Amino acid sequence: MKKVRVLIPSGALGLNYESDALERGLKQNPNVIVVDGGSTDSGPAYLGLGVSKYSRASTKLEWSGLMKAREKLKIPLIIGSAGTCGTDQTVNWIKEITLEIAKELGHKVKIAIVKSSQPKERIVQLYKQNRIHPLENAPEISEREIENCTNIVALAGAEQIISALKTGADIIISGRATDAGSIAAFPLIHGIDPGLAWHGGKIAECGALCATNPQSGVVMVEFDKKGFTIEPMSTRSFATPETVSAHMLYENSDPFILHEPGGYLDVKNSQYVAINNKSVRVTGSKWVNSDKYKVKLEGAKLTGYQTVLISLIRDERYIENIDFWVTDLQQKCYKIVKERLALETNEFSIEIRLIGKNATLGDLETKTNIPLEIGVLGIVTAKTENEAIEIGKILNPFLLHHPLTEQEDQPTFAFPFSPASINRGPIFSFCLQHVLECFDPMEFFLVETTTNA
Amino acid sequence: MPKLATLVEKIRSKNAGPFFLTIDIFCKSDKIFNKVCNQLSEKKIAKMFNCEIGSLKKFEITSLKVIKFSLPRPRIQGSTLDRDMHGAAWANLLSDIIIT
Repeated sequence: MKKVRVLIPSGALGLNYESDALERGLKQNPNVIVVDGGSTDSGPAYLGLGVSKYSRASTKLEWSGLMKAREKLKIPLIIGSAGTCGTDQTVNWIKEITLEIAKELGHKVKIAIVKSSQPKERIVQLYKQNRIHPLENAPEISEREIENCTNIVALAGAEQIISALKTGADIIISGRATDAGSIAAFPLIHGIDPGLAWHGGKIAECGALCATNPQSGVVMVEFDKKGFTIEPMSTRSFATPETVSAHMLYENSDPFILHEPGGYLDVKNSQYVAINNKSVRVTGSKWVNSDKYKVKLEGAKLTGYQTVLISLIRDERYIENIDFWVTDLQQKCYKIVKERLALETNEFSIEIRLIGKNATLGDLETKTNIPLEIGVLGIVTAKTENEAIEIGKILNPFLLHHPLTEQEDQPTFAFPFSPASINRGPIFSFCLQHVLECFDPMEFFLVETTTNA
Repeated sequence: MPKLATLVEKIRSKNAGPFFLTIDIFCKSDKIFNKVCNQLSEKKIAKMFNCEIGSLKKFEITSLKVIKFSLPRPRIQGSTLDRDMHGAAWANLLSDIIIT
């Protein structure tokens, strides 16, 4: 294959893509369609719970559009990091949706799944064997921390997707995988230079985010021996050397180097040239193999339970004295919680964030003003769900009626809801963001195939 | 005295994984790029984010007229005290820096 065309419909399945732009892309005869399904960007809860961030209806509708495109062109369709977190549970969720659509459309499909979930016991063993190393700034881990994880996944690179492609599957549903790796896999098996395959993968990972009008979604990357050309498929979207090269900086702490399973991408000498008002040609990217094949591990652990309350303050005098009001309220509320629930200070927290003052930036905020109103966001965190609910109910009358001084009339603030407290259930934190050394790229991944016929 | 936000095309911040924040400042011209490069020191940004200067990296990307800062996230993404899951709001802190 002299040229390899990869069609990327959007930055993530569930984010929507412009149907006309997809049609335009299909007319250019892509060799493969690749869409990403996940990210850690929305926080640890999706991995912690093993669920998707996007609605099933949106996911099904968009996936159905891509399955129809695949059937028409008879080309492979790949999704990486299926169901946001890419656990076996969400891979199965996408597989179920796929089978449901195939049945409805009368498609006969061979599906390959790549499993990325890791059993805790195995990760503990690997930790003991000193095969797991922290990424910069990652928190300390221990056997106990690993055991506390509710889900652990390893990030597949290109090799694992290639294994799935080699089964001859029509549809590949991969668990957690790097965005660039899912796109790079197909060009790599067709002889495209790894520097170009990975760089094209990185640039197109978020669909049309590397161009103007990013919400249109669809981009085509055409790879050849010497470079790749990127073109957004919407008539209202344009790629320029600036929009394309700027994407290399996106969510990447180093502007020139991107670490991936099996090596790193070096774009120090890459050239970005406009070939018309819509497409950009990229050359000069380099891939460097690492000595050892390493993959990233992600793990989320349960850290407690939360209940939140919102109260709105519109009274000018309370707004002017809000800091005193919060400190006084917290002191009194902590005291009552400790007495009535027999808890120590380190067993729970009641955080108050003032929306309209500094709820976004906290202590780092540099601006001050006297707002018209303040949203008081009370965040209760405790070790059990029942304690979080109980503390939320103790905090309730404070956020409704707490007076600035003892002798004044009892105030009543605005509660937007009844019940006033919102139970958030379990909360999670990232504890594993570590690198795992592999003897073989497939050591921690499993490829399974099924057909619906 | 112009503020940074009025001089440049865009200031954006975003997570680079759960532990890092990365800030990109896109300049309109070489002249502004050079000026901003000179005046936005590692020390100034480290102080603004209350982080150790040694943990912050500055990249001056002349070809793109972009200045990039990568630093430890003020709070680990999604931890109990984190206020901004995607890290995009921190860019606002830089807007009012005075560039002379």
